[in-house]
Amino acid sequence: MAMNMQRTIFALALAGSLAAVASPASAEEQVSPQRQKWSFAGPFGKYDEAQLQRGFKIYREVCSNCHSMEMLTFGNLADAGGPGFSEVQAEAVASEYKIKDLDDKGEPTERAGRPADHFPSPFANELAAKAANGGVAPPDMSTLAKARSYSRGFPWFVFDAFTQYQEQGPDYIAAILNGYVDPPKDFKLPDGGHYNEYFPGHNIAMPPPLQAGQITFDDGSPQTMQQYSKDVAAFLMWAAEPKLVQRKRTGFQVMIFLIVLTGLLYFTKKKVWSVVH
Amino acid sequence: MSGPSTYQPTNRAMQWFEKRLPIGGLIHSSFVAYPTPRNLNYWWTFGGILSFMLGVQIITGIVLAMHYTPHVDVAFKSVEMIMRDVNYGWLLRYLHANGAAMFFLAVYIHMFRGVYYGSYKEPREVLWILGVIIYLLMMATGFMGYVLVWGQMSFWAATVITNLFSAIPGVGDTIVTWLWGGYAVGNPTLNRFYSLHYLLPFVIAGVVVLHVWALHVAGQNNPTGIDPKSDKDIVPFTPYATMKDAFGMSCFLILFAWFVFYIPNYLGHADNYIPANPAVTPPEIVPEWYYLPFYAILRSIPNKLLGVCALFGSIGILAFLPWLDTSRVKSGRYRPLFRQFFWLFVVACVGLGWLGTKQPEGIYVILARILTFYYFAFFLIVLPLLGIFEKTKPLPNSISESVLDAKA
Repeated sequence: MAMNMQRTIFALALAGSLAAVASPASAEEQVSPQRQKWSFAGPFGKYDEAQLQRGFKIYREVCSNCHSMEMLTFGNLADAGGPGFSEVQAEAVASEYKIKDLDDKGEPTERAGRPADHFPSPFANELAAKAANGGVAPPDMSTLAKARSYSRGFPWFVFDAFTQYQEQGPDYIAAILNGYVDPPKDFKLPDGGHYNEYFPGHNIAMPPPLQAGQITFDDGSPQTMQQYSKDVAAFLMWAAEPKLVQRKRTGFQVMIFLIVLTGLLYFTKKKVWSVVH
Repeated sequence: MSGPSTYQPTNRAMQWFEKRLPIGGLIHSSFVAYPTPRNLNYWWTFGGILSFMLGVQIITGIVLAMHYTPHVDVAFKSVEMIMRDVNYGWLLRYLHANGAAMFFLAVYIHMFRGVYYGSYKEPREVLWILGVIIYLLMMATGFMGYVLVWGQMSFWAATVITNLFSAIPGVGDTIVTWLWGGYAVGNPTLNRFYSLHYLLPFVIAGVVVLHVWALHVAGQNNPTGIDPKSDKDIVPFTPYATMKDAFGMSCFLILFAWFVFYIPNYLGHADNYIPANPAVTPPEIVPEWYYLPFYAILRSIPNKLLGVCALFGSIGILAFLPWLDTSRVKSGRYRPLFRQFFWLFVVACVGLGWLGTKQPEGIYVILARILTFYYFAFFLIVLPLLGIFEKTKPLPNSISESVLDAKA
């Protein structure tokens, strides 16, 4: 009976490992994005201020023509752990935007933006966004970097818990921006679609949004697609997780506290129980 | 809690109060003088961890509720505003979301421990059934909490799970409409889920009190499964169990903090950062990890009604465990065959969890059916028969003898 049991366990384990081998193939033809180096990865990760500022420039000049980012205010640009704008700079950015408001008589009016204002959306409403973009509204960018991911599969997702790999979102976004290639000959691309190597199903509605040299960087960073895609992905990660730096810093303090506490409790417990054992 | 209290307050005011409401004596006899078996191992610290996690969930939840708005138009946004604009809102929200996962992790360990050491057997049947009720309430509470975020996965999980009730013949559709408060998952659904999500944790807390009461009447089980016979077998709860529980809890907190501060979205699904959209079905609808084994059981059966019956049966069957296990020996330590079937059962549960993330097609369906069969067979075939055929190892004469033997 015991022998039979062991055989059964073995057979099940074998079946399990076979299924695990089979799964990457069945995860369709989606190509895994390349893993980038991010300054905000790992337990001591921090956003790179210059990178976020470059990313914001790209967002402002390109993305924001179609994508809203309504959860963020101009004032957020000056928040700690963010792109490092001063309050005066954030105010200056805000004042360059026109915000729809009501005047004292209740008449619709436009005024200059203030730090407490949210980033205005490019379209009046979702229907307008759909109509202007071939039936698909461009997603809001406030949470985009956390709302996009790709399947890591077994066993990698287990390792990710230990290595703290949490940057699937920005990796995916950077890959998408670099993923516009010519479709394979046998691929039938529907009208209005664009072929993208990394997009699930490969047919993406968004036309290639960036080209090398399109944005001018004042800090001498290379004006390449690689640089653009990384910078804007980092910016979007900040937009989605603005408290990341605060979280990781607090986490380190909490960890130190807990490890010391656990050590003390261990020795106390040992001392207390030494009478019994 | 049994017998007159040995608590004698020395302070005059405390003496005055104790005569009128002997709450000090209750606490003293339950958590200080309470005799615990001396051989409890670290698997027994999860009861305390669970009480603590319930406290964490209630406290973070109450503060989150001060900032959350249960309306379909702003629910998602209000959660994001908590993360962005509320002081330490990100911490509250990540504590609450990951706290739910840790709560379930601890409850699964607690339950597996109960099965392994036969903690449901006489005289602890009622204690065990109260535990099953707590687990059911936890599942309902966790599910409704997940819906409150009102992301894509929230919305579609709510749709899938409430639709399960439509499998009931005749009245199914009426029941689902009644649950929704409309003809689809919508604002009335979100509102009642919010109301119930606030209510149920306090119901859980109430049943936890009964659970602890029943525990203190029957006394704790222990790794040998035999009752304490003399003072040599027991130690007072404080400082012994308190210190051991405190150390165990502190280790658990390190794990909890790892998730909250370093990988807070690891256990979640990216799609839940997309606002709920009834017009767009996500490519895959998966529940939170702690429901995955049951989701796999549901989907392994092609008939919807039978699938739903299997889903609820797989949880309901736990309540009958005290009578399905016919063995007179409690602890798996002295049951060599049971041990093998037990670990196979653990593997089956984890395997079902993994299959719950897979599309029900090809090899996955076959595997899910094999494991579902084993899940039920463990309760309905293995445990009843083992009690009759298994040759168990000799039990030690007392707890202290087993402790001394282990040291020798």
